[in-house]
Amino acid sequence: MNAYSHLRFLRNGFLACLCLCFSSSLMAEGSLAELLDAFRTGGMQDKEAGLDKSLLSKINVNNRIRTLLKKGIALQQLNVADDKTRLAAVETLGKLSDPATVKVLTDRLLVETNQGVLEAIRRLVLIDQLQNGNKDERIKAIDTLKEFNSQEVVNQLQAMTEKEGESFKENDTDIRNLASAALTEIKGRIQAYAAVETVFFGLSLGAVLVLSAIGLAITFGVMGIINMAHGELMMLGAYTVYVLQQLMPEYLGLATVLSIPVAFLVAGLTGIAIERGIIRHLYGRPLETLLATFGVSLFLQQTVRSIFSPLNRSVSSPSWMSGSWQINDFLALTWNRFYILIFSLLVFAALVQILKRTKLGLEVRAVSQNRAMARAMGIPSGQVDALTFGLGSGIAGIAGVALSQITNVGPNLGQSYIVDSFMVVVFGGVGNLYGTLLAGFSLGIANKFLEPYAGAVLAKILVLIFIILFIQKRPRGLFPQKGRAVES
Amino acid sequence: MKVFSATFRKLALSTAVMSLAFASTSVRAEDTIKVGVLHSLSGTMAISETTLKDTMLMLIDEQNKKGGLLGKKLEPVVVDPASNWPLFAEKARELLTKDKVSAIFGCWTSVSRKSVLPVIEELNGLLFYPVQYEGEESSKNVFYTGAAPNQQAIPAVDYLMNDLKVKRWVLAGTDYVYPRTTNKILEAYLKSKGVDSKDIMINYTPFGHSDWQSIVADVKKFGSAGKKTAVVSTINGDANVPFYKELGNQGIKAEDIPVVAFSVGEEELSGMDTKPLVGHLAAWNYFMSVDSTKNAAFINQWKEYIKNPKRVTNDPMEAHYIGFNMWVKAVEKAGTTDPDAVQKAIIGVEYPNLSGGTSKMLPNHHISKPVLIGEIQADGQFVTVWQTNKLVDGDAWSDFLPDSKPIVADWTAPISCGNYNTKTKKCSGQKY
Repeated sequence: MNAYSHLRFLRNGFLACLCLCFSSSLMAEGSLAELLDAFRTGGMQDKEAGLDKSLLSKINVNNRIRTLLKKGIALQQLNVADDKTRLAAVETLGKLSDPATVKVLTDRLLVETNQGVLEAIRRLVLIDQLQNGNKDERIKAIDTLKEFNSQEVVNQLQAMTEKEGESFKENDTDIRNLASAALTEIKGRIQAYAAVETVFFGLSLGAVLVLSAIGLAITFGVMGIINMAHGELMMLGAYTVYVLQQLMPEYLGLATVLSIPVAFLVAGLTGIAIERGIIRHLYGRPLETLLATFGVSLFLQQTVRSIFSPLNRSVSSPSWMSGSWQINDFLALTWNRFYILIFSLLVFAALVQILKRTKLGLEVRAVSQNRAMARAMGIPSGQVDALTFGLGSGIAGIAGVALSQITNVGPNLGQSYIVDSFMVVVFGGVGNLYGTLLAGFSLGIANKFLEPYAGAVLAKILVLIFIILFIQKRPRGLFPQKGRAVES
Repeated sequence: MKVFSATFRKLALSTAVMSLAFASTSVRAEDTIKVGVLHSLSGTMAISETTLKDTMLMLIDEQNKKGGLLGKKLEPVVVDPASNWPLFAEKARELLTKDKVSAIFGCWTSVSRKSVLPVIEELNGLLFYPVQYEGEESSKNVFYTGAAPNQQAIPAVDYLMNDLKVKRWVLAGTDYVYPRTTNKILEAYLKSKGVDSKDIMINYTPFGHSDWQSIVADVKKFGSAGKKTAVVSTINGDANVPFYKELGNQGIKAEDIPVVAFSVGEEELSGMDTKPLVGHLAAWNYFMSVDSTKNAAFINQWKEYIKNPKRVTNDPMEAHYIGFNMWVKAVEKAGTTDPDAVQKAIIGVEYPNLSGGTSKMLPNHHISKPVLIGEIQADGQFVTVWQTNKLVDGDAWSDFLPDSKPIVADWTAPISCGNYNTKTKKCSGQKY
């Protein structure tokens, strides 16, 4: 345990001079036991002698040391009481695939009690036997391992079926045939997982598109305002996360969650101010609205530049949003994308409910369908306009919170999403929220299925061309609004 | 008569005043040497270029404190080309014809440099270009103080190949001239070292690309084939943040698949969450963390000038530092700011760089620099893990592309040419 704690200490970045002398001389020999021993004594000397701090210089940890330490820590952790730590240690050792560790693991089999850890170790031993066992062992190993989704197994089997020059690397024909059959079986599974992965990627790209477009679906779709400052409202939302994280650096997760309502308010109020101050005077004049809101977008960008500097700001992801959900070696879903997907669906559902179930929603629909009639019925259309625009802007702010978790937070954030947002709304059908949802997801998935074949640049172009052609055929998008109000 | 004389007197007076005014402006114009600063202060490139503008103002300020140049004060003329490439050419013309600057320090992207090139050659100006670039160019009027490919990309690949034993390569870049040319050179270089083409994966993405899921997943698959894999990244600007985030989220650690970047420096890192980046690499000719007294002084001076103790220094700033001081030395040597005289005088001029060596202006208008490879640390700084033991001379024309192999740039007599073909013994006549 002593060495283990020292190693942790070292890994955190403070290697004493003494340790480096030992490690550098030992790394050449590569003996792990000696290395660990050296660390232990080195660490103790350091503590006991009470060295003058100024004699020590900070030695920086680089990748080579990091890998060695990782291995050392994992080997030590094999003896830790906690089952999960032991399992993680076995997995780490498996990835490093060092023949020397197999011996240690085999010894561990005798004393290990936890079923999960036992299985993991057995698998590693089997992988080793693929190459080094006798014929029976190897056949058994292939038979057992083909059920597992492990990249290491694939690599080993691949190596066994490959040719080296004229002859095969693997001399034994039986084993070679078995290996190649097992490989085909695993590869079939890999393809299935790859398809699942691509769909997930597409959905998550779609979720980002839906989030950024859904506010626009309200302001542009329902109200008919071409709001070029929509992207900048998202930017305000993203900066809200930054500010809140600066205010409470101890609670990153809380700050991120809190910034959802705060960003809604900030962007929503800004939206209302824009509507009351500018857009209200320009209803019925789309070209002027476009120019005026473009001006607003430049104004907001420059304001942010002056306040926060033109440099990007760093927004951290809370720990529960980092990393991925590793289902197996071939399928892993990243948490941040996963949460954003769920989040976008929630926002969408909430918005649909607001429009369907609340008084505001009723008024919004009434005003957007027939303004004159709605006014005649006593609906204060000016107030409704302001609130609707505020709602659309507020949702843009929420989208900004999500974007801050996956991309840069800087003055140009909005610009990179505004075109995509308009594209989604137009493709989905102006004035239809479900159209926006479907358009966002289908564009996302189409993009991700095209990307491996066409490359990122071409995939984007192909999607754009498709939309242009589609709009030629169906100018009102996927789900056109029907009714007399629209026809006029 | 009285009226006449009064009018006359007025006229005479005003003429005198006017002539005095003219005289004084002409005196003032001769009193100062104008230096043009051509960096975008707005638009997408403002992120990087504003810092270089401030660096130039600081350097000029310091030179003036030392007593100026040739007994005259230096006067900076700052213009804003607004990240708009044609505007770069217009502003360069304005600087040379209207303001009559003696030298221009500016440009960041290769496309902005290419846009300024014809103007600067037509008007015979001087441009000091401070950013690492793709090479394949040497103009009589441009001095390249950033790294050529052999001063950044090739040594980085060598390090990965020899020290980290990398066998499979992902060349990922943003889709424009610098990454494409660099990757072409790297691909040729890797193949010359016996790397099979199935072990090289090349990928381009648009500017500001933010959805890296499938590309990172591909890299992961490519890298899990049992051979040590590395990513050589020429991804530029904003796209880097989501790229590294995705790497971190998909669990690709620097120990498994290291990424070596050519466009990520201290300044870019200051706007990123560096946690997922720790251990990834970058190749530059200067790191803020370099331990030298000159560097410490430079950092202090910068923090004081910009009045912000948190600001960082980076490689292009050092390039301007070297370039500006070389120009000062050359002007002193020539005794004039005349471009032709300075062009002659500056070749061979030496000036200590901030990493501890002495850089030299070479006949091909590139400079010699050390190459450093650093690992990103959690505090947004680099730790040097490898460096060349002597300075590397910048090579304008790559030796690894068949077309440019026989070509050399030498602006001294008798060749005096930016693209002299050593096989045909001819200068192609093309100016760059």
